[in-house]
Amino acid sequence: MKIVVCIKQVPATGADKRYTDDLRLDRNGVEAIINPLDEYAIEQALRLLDDGSVESVTYLSMGPEQAAEALRRALAMGGDEAVLVTDSALAGADEWATARVLAAALDKLAPDVALTGMASDDARGSLVPGAVAAMRNVPLLSYGSELKVADGEARVRRLSATGFDWIAAPLPVVASVTDQVGEPRYASLKGIMAAKRKPLETWSLADLGLAGEDLAGGALTHVTDARAQEAKPPTERIENLSAVEAAAKIADWLAARKLI
Amino acid sequence: MTYLPTAEHDELRAVVRELADERIGPRAAAIDETSEFPHDLRELLARQDLLGTCFGEEHGGTALDTIAQSILVEELARADATTSLIPIVQKLGALPIILAGSDEQKDRYFPRLASGEWLIAFALTEAAAGSDVASNRMRATRDGDEYVLNGSKRFITHGSVADVLTVFALTDPAAGGRKGMSAFIVETDTPGFAAPRVEHKMGIRGSPTAELTFDDVRLPSANVVGAEGEGFKIAMETLDRSRLSIAAQAVGIAQGALDAAVAYAADRQQFGERVVDFQGIQWMLADMASQTEAARQLTYAAAARVDADAPDLPYWTSSAKLVAGDTAMRVTTDAVQILGGYGYITEYPVERMMRDAKITQLYEGTQQIQRLIVARQLLQRAGVARQG
Repeated sequence: MKIVVCIKQVPATGADKRYTDDLRLDRNGVEAIINPLDEYAIEQALRLLDDGSVESVTYLSMGPEQAAEALRRALAMGGDEAVLVTDSALAGADEWATARVLAAALDKLAPDVALTGMASDDARGSLVPGAVAAMRNVPLLSYGSELKVADGEARVRRLSATGFDWIAAPLPVVASVTDQVGEPRYASLKGIMAAKRKPLETWSLADLGLAGEDLAGGALTHVTDARAQEAKPPTERIENLSAVEAAAKIADWLAARKLI
Repeated sequence: MTYLPTAEHDELRAVVRELADERIGPRAAAIDETSEFPHDLRELLARQDLLGTCFGEEHGGTALDTIAQSILVEELARADATTSLIPIVQKLGALPIILAGSDEQKDRYFPRLASGEWLIAFALTEAAAGSDVASNRMRATRDGDEYVLNGSKRFITHGSVADVLTVFALTDPAAGGRKGMSAFIVETDTPGFAAPRVEHKMGIRGSPTAELTFDDVRLPSANVVGAEGEGFKIAMETLDRSRLSIAAQAVGIAQGALDAAVAYAADRQQFGERVVDFQGIQWMLADMASQTEAARQLTYAAAARVDADAPDLPYWTSSAKLVAGDTAMRVTTDAVQILGGYGYITEYPVERMMRDAKITQLYEGTQQIQRLIVARQLLQRAGVARQG
């Protein structure tokens, strides 16, 4: 039983994000991390490895060469090996192109479960898991708060408005999990040292039997505008007052905005 | 020769800082307030393999170089000085065995220490023998194939939570402390051992500082570390290396206070301006930053001498501990000054850091003892040391 966890390297949460002239995210000089929502997928996969439900965990990422750092960080948390798909033809890839590449890489890796987080922290499209499942023609088990794999099927526990459902599908599947999985583990020192010796392969598009034109120049979508979030107005502070005076000030502030 | 940290050092710092910021810093105020040893954080450090950095891989450790071990201590101390003592004392207690222990002793104890399953402590100081180590009075009497320990120790960090101790006792009182002292390994479940009392301290309040009593504690002779009579030498060689951990701890405390002062001064408005924009505050922050950096770099330079087993390593480690301890005291005091009234109350961390900093000028050799060591080395280098 084999899981491939698809992860994405993204700019650090809270990093100062800038755009290039062609409206792409400028990654130069910006600290990059594993997409925080993908860390829950890593944690879920490693829990299945810990309890013996699966035999191996592989990480897969599509991105620039420096995305190998994110794969090493994932390997430091646990798991066996990693694959980075990187190619200059992939610059500016959108969700469709990303899904196409991941689907081709997954065809080659042939896992029982391809696992993802629920969204990426930078684009927040949440489209890739579904697209990958459709392209590979396998079931999609999305937004799981827990994943189980046994007896030739995968099951996810999905929170609903009234409680939760367990949804099952025969293997192989694509699954995505949420931040309800449980806190991602920290990489241990031995994990970090061991990660340096774990296999990390780099594949190009040609290795996947794809050509740049298969990806329509990397994107079906076109970004027409992108701008940094406007700075928030400075925080108003109520200080150096007694509790009663401060409470009255807060009440006035809320009332002025018709919030109470 | 390079003065830049390696990629491995940078990576270790980032990993420990993340852990310390997320899991240790938020606990620091409560640890201080309750004076309770943070068993949860000891388990966390063990789980992350951070208590075995001074042990070899053959014993389940990670065998980090001494600069890396300093970075670990520094980053933990930046968040909480008490928690940084857990790896510091694990190394301090084990150093006598690392330096002089038998293979059998290493195989018996190091795997459990490297994994963090067991804690070890270093029991040298006595009520009447602090700086003057040679005036120790605790006795170890030979009885057939055993030794019988009687006496007491005081100010033993982690003495009440440790599973095993390295203990120094006189085997030949007539020969005095320098020639007649020996080192022993004592498991704390041995009958006759007790830790009846812990001190109430100004700082590092979560780290239990215990009084230990030994009442006919019987040990097999296999528990002697090194040869009988080598205790004083083993203790000094241990302290020559272990005091570097205190330098790293002091650097970490100073950095924590500096970071807190910068954050506060950037947030605080007075006279319609951010406090950090006043030049008077900037000058204070610049002094704090440059002095902390100087202490840090001296600590790393000393760490490199420890790994090289340099003949003059006491000169380096004592200089580092002296400079770093005084820097931590000065920087934390200035941090309190920058925070003003808010610096003096427990709502902000700098008053705790100021109290924690003071111990770095006292333990593992007072600053006055460090100066004696530096001066002795200095006179030897100059060829003007007093003879005899």
